[in-house]
Amino acid sequence: MASKAVYSHRDPMLKKRDDFEDMLEERRNSSDLRYALKCYTPVLYKGLTPCKVSELKQMVLQSDQLGYVITQVSKEKGVTSDEVTGEAAAILEEMAQRLQLSTVRFFAFTLSKVFKTLFRSICINEEGLQRLQQAIHNHPVVLLPSHRSYMDFLLMSYILYTYDLALPVIAAGMDFMGMKVVGEMLRMSGAFFIRRSFGGDKLYWAVFSEYVKIMLKNGYAPVEFFLEGTRSRTAKSLTPKLGLLNIVMDPFLKGEVFDISLVPVSISYERTLEEALYARELLGVPKPKESTSGLFKARKILSEDYGSIHVYFGQPVSVRSLAESRVNRSQFNLIPRHIPTRPSEEILSFVNDSAYRLVRAQEENMVLKPWVLLAFVLLQKQAAEEKQGTALDELTEQAVWLRDLSRQYGAFLHWPDHIPPSEVVSSSLSLHRGLVRISEGRVQLALEQVGGQQVPGETRGAITPEEELLNKAVVILSCASYRNQALNVFIRPALLASAIHTAASNRKQEIYNSFSFLRNMFSNEFILCPGATVQDFEEACYLLVKTGTLQINQQEVLITERGHRTLAFLTSVLDPFLQGYQVVCRFLCEQDGLTEKQFIPAVRKFIIKHLLTGRLRYTEVLSSDLQKNALAALIRLGAVQKIKGGEEQGTLKLNKVMLNSLEDTLGGKLPTQKSVVAHL
Amino acid sequence: TFKSNPKKQEIMKWNGWGYSDSKFLYNKKGQAEFTGKRYRLSGMIIPGLREWMESTFSANLQHKTPAAPILNSSAVQPPTLNEAFLKELKSTGIPFSHDAEDRVFRSHGHCLHEIFALREGKIGRVPDLVVWPNCHNDVVKIVELACKHNVCLIPYGGGTSVSSALECPPEETRSIVSLDTSQMNRILWIDEKNLTAHVEAGIVGQDLERLLNESGYCTGHEPDSMEFSSLGGWVATRASGMKKNIYGNIEDLVVHIKMVTPRGVIEKSCQGPRMSTGPDVHHFIMGSEGTLGVVTEVTMKIRPMPEYQKYGSVVFPNFEMGVACLREVARQRCAPASIRLMDNEQFKFGHALKPQVSSIFTSFLDGLKKFYITKFKGFDPNRLCVATLLFEGDREKVLQHEKQVYDIAAKFGGLAAGEDNGQRGYMLTFVIAYLRDLGMDYYVIGESFETSMPWDRVLDICRNVKARIVRECKDKGVQFPPLSTCRVTQTYDAGACVYFYFAFNYRGLSDPVHVYEQVEHAAREEILANGGSLSHHHGVGKLRKEWMRESISSVGMGMLKSVKDYVDPNNIFGNRNLL
Repeated sequence: MASKAVYSHRDPMLKKRDDFEDMLEERRNSSDLRYALKCYTPVLYKGLTPCKVSELKQMVLQSDQLGYVITQVSKEKGVTSDEVTGEAAAILEEMAQRLQLSTVRFFAFTLSKVFKTLFRSICINEEGLQRLQQAIHNHPVVLLPSHRSYMDFLLMSYILYTYDLALPVIAAGMDFMGMKVVGEMLRMSGAFFIRRSFGGDKLYWAVFSEYVKIMLKNGYAPVEFFLEGTRSRTAKSLTPKLGLLNIVMDPFLKGEVFDISLVPVSISYERTLEEALYARELLGVPKPKESTSGLFKARKILSEDYGSIHVYFGQPVSVRSLAESRVNRSQFNLIPRHIPTRPSEEILSFVNDSAYRLVRAQEENMVLKPWVLLAFVLLQKQAAEEKQGTALDELTEQAVWLRDLSRQYGAFLHWPDHIPPSEVVSSSLSLHRGLVRISEGRVQLALEQVGGQQVPGETRGAITPEEELLNKAVVILSCASYRNQALNVFIRPALLASAIHTAASNRKQEIYNSFSFLRNMFSNEFILCPGATVQDFEEACYLLVKTGTLQINQQEVLITERGHRTLAFLTSVLDPFLQGYQVVCRFLCEQDGLTEKQFIPAVRKFIIKHLLTGRLRYTEVLSSDLQKNALAALIRLGAVQKIKGGEEQGTLKLNKVMLNSLEDTLGGKLPTQKSVVAHL
Repeated sequence: TFKSNPKKQEIMKWNGWGYSDSKFLYNKKGQAEFTGKRYRLSGMIIPGLREWMESTFSANLQHKTPAAPILNSSAVQPPTLNEAFLKELKSTGIPFSHDAEDRVFRSHGHCLHEIFALREGKIGRVPDLVVWPNCHNDVVKIVELACKHNVCLIPYGGGTSVSSALECPPEETRSIVSLDTSQMNRILWIDEKNLTAHVEAGIVGQDLERLLNESGYCTGHEPDSMEFSSLGGWVATRASGMKKNIYGNIEDLVVHIKMVTPRGVIEKSCQGPRMSTGPDVHHFIMGSEGTLGVVTEVTMKIRPMPEYQKYGSVVFPNFEMGVACLREVARQRCAPASIRLMDNEQFKFGHALKPQVSSIFTSFLDGLKKFYITKFKGFDPNRLCVATLLFEGDREKVLQHEKQVYDIAAKFGGLAAGEDNGQRGYMLTFVIAYLRDLGMDYYVIGESFETSMPWDRVLDICRNVKARIVRECKDKGVQFPPLSTCRVTQTYDAGACVYFYFAFNYRGLSDPVHVYEQVEHAAREEILANGGSLSHHHGVGKLRKEWMRESISSVGMGMLKSVKDYVDPNNIFGNRNLL
């Protein structure tokens, strides 16, 4: 294997992680007011020249970068450059943060109260904070938290304030601006607002990128943004967005700073505040517009026990080391650096790979609770239509088995080993009692419940089968969002297991081809770094051989006696997605003429029909996330073409031959094509 | 063997910089002093140096690393002589020698690894023979004989190379002859109508200036090495002088060049000040680093000696302001003869080199000045930096010029800091090279290297390269923080030249020179990645060869190669520099 020399496996079991401390403990024992008014003197960047918010804006408006674009725009539009400058100033006004310590102190006080009622504990790895402090002192820092909740960025600032670390400026979506008071409050706690889309607006882009770069380069404050772009409704990491990462890496690539530290932060919630909200959204109940009153309502609904939060500040990643022997920085030598240029292929692929690496770093340090493993078991049982539920001790046995497996795969599992497993299981179930029903010692998902978390305004007595299905789906998707937290642990082995399952023989090459096909198919669904097929294959092989599931020799892959259980489990992990993608292919095959807009409602209808007639087992296929990912994959693979411009703008052109064959290949009815990577 | 005219090695160190009688040492009281009589600093006590060395490098006077005192001739390989060549050479009457000391003296430049090895008494491949041609025709004869007998020639001028250019390629199997131009040191004529002088290329900078001064002229070409470097060496490396703002760099000064190559003599037919006759063949010669032939005679521009000279200095609150000021001076094209900007570390270093002051009054004044700058003006002593200035010309214009420059400086927060500081700054450029030898006596090794870059990258390169040096030292196991400092030494319309100084205490390292080389290599990578050039004036030699292709493109390399192939197909000039 050609790549073996350069790729060495680290045993994931040996991964070293820091210990956690509960930061709420002190809050429960001392005055919140005194805490909010405490002396705050963070360590700052050593190269910092302190400047005020207004000076910062001036620096942006006077920058060569922006000046160049202003001249360009004024020529193109035939307006004076003063007008364009005015426009730029307005954009900046709308965008800029106004970080104020007093506001942060206000939040520190209120959030202390809120957090103490909502959460049992907020656990932080303090060593990570020490590393962060060092990083902030040495280089400009970019904070990259995972994004699962609205809570995330307030929580981040809250932690940094508590530990006397420099407060970040945070890139936030414009939708927050809708909440008048809160929007301004957030602005004063360091948020700056970016329009969701500004595709062709180069003035906007220039103001925005220059604003971020100037704050970063000068070490004004750590810059924080969400690599995933938006909150993940499924708890799976989202394919990283590259725009902002590109911007923050640029000052290093162009030599304007010696280095930049990227700090991945993994925030895991034992219970997500938005749990049912997300599920509804995925099922097509439109997302409520972020409004102040909405947020309060959400708070009211959710004033119950949300367990604990774990925040892990990862190892700072040096952009310089990432770029070493990857990027030829001298490519920027021949054009003045203030002239905006389209990043080269080399840079784009570098930023992309870095983004995946960072998202994986986030995933790796996400704390998994025992409930996550229970969610696997309960969902699999539900799909297997075991109507009477699972006996508690069977559930416990399976959870313990899964605990050991996931640990071998390197999961960051917080399973209290000093407590008997049965107690661990029952306390997990009780925290999530809204999703499970226990009767006569048997556990199952609470699918038949009426009332409770009902869609508002739905009061009619008679429920249609479709409505019943959707109610069920809310619970299933909520549950799936917990299972999804651990998907990254299993995804590579699961792809291999499914590949073994579908491949016609046990020849290694054939299994690899099949693996490669599946991996490619699902690369919009899971975090799978582009171009790393061989590494992923080897990682999967390594894990399955190490755990005694497989034996692999030069030519063949053999399943061991005790490997069947693991393989069966792993196959079932991927099965909902396999089936989901097949249904999407089937659906598209049966269409003539469809626009992108019509896709989600139409495919949802199609899936509901299939679920009701029992032709489809997995209710979770109703997730619009899966449907969108499937469509994106099909577009990427060329089975569907999106028509741009003209009268047919947005129409999907379908290659039915290809869709058919993809459906069959996914179903294991067709062998996978010979892979491009033949040197295995 | 002929014994030649007085040889330079009799008054110069064989394993260190400069004159044998001049060096830094710690006297019995543990105070630093500079010996000899040649320099302004000579015979003086430098009270601050010890503390600076101890605090900057964590060096310790107890930990000494003395050099081998004398050359052990038995460590030198016996010469590989080409008897046929030698026989014919004898018949020409040109002096030559295969004495070990003569050969070793011409086997190196002043790179750290070269001097370090000599101090340890380690001698590698050295020339087998040294010849001292007396004139152009002697050189023609030597080159002819070398071609006839397939002998490798390495031209040797002042021996101040810092690019490994003088190192004998270890893979060379032929007899290597060092062609020492030092005897070709006459001014052949001075043409006052055209203000040119025709000079033999072996002349050393300080002699050229002295002789021209006698007639009321100067070239104004003053590289920091001018005490020892030769005209031919300047041409061969594309040298740059401190006062280039008035007089120009070597390429601006040269009117006519005569060079002896294996193909014959190359020269132009007239002395027109500018020609459109295809690519300028002078530019094949300038920077050829001894790979094509020997420069024997050069016609150079001369100027009447300046009526008035005035030093000056300006203190800036920080390096950024200083660079902005230099940029503005360049924009207004009003740079004085020389303008240099030292960073904070170098400012402190310069401070440490202040000689003991004789009067209480001067030290009181110094104290007052310091108080004014740091307390009254609020300059942070750990951030401020200083620019040194040299004005030249007629008195009135100098004073006018001075005012213009100080006015610009004031706009960037600069405060005039006196003539003395300026003058000392320039004096230091001549003694700084001696300081490395002192460091090497106490476990400290270091060197300088230079680059040039567009204006907008000056600050970025300075910051990044200094930081890279610190980081690489740490990564490579250097136990103490290094000195990593820089200064802007030249300004141009479109950019500047920057010098980096880098030194560290190597106690605890098993192979300090290798570590040094790795760090310098990384620093050069950093320079290139940030848009700096491979060299502003030191040249490429063998030290920086590996980056030539990326610097000038493959086609560019091919052009240079094809010239080499035509001019010297048998690689007689086989020092293997550049390509």
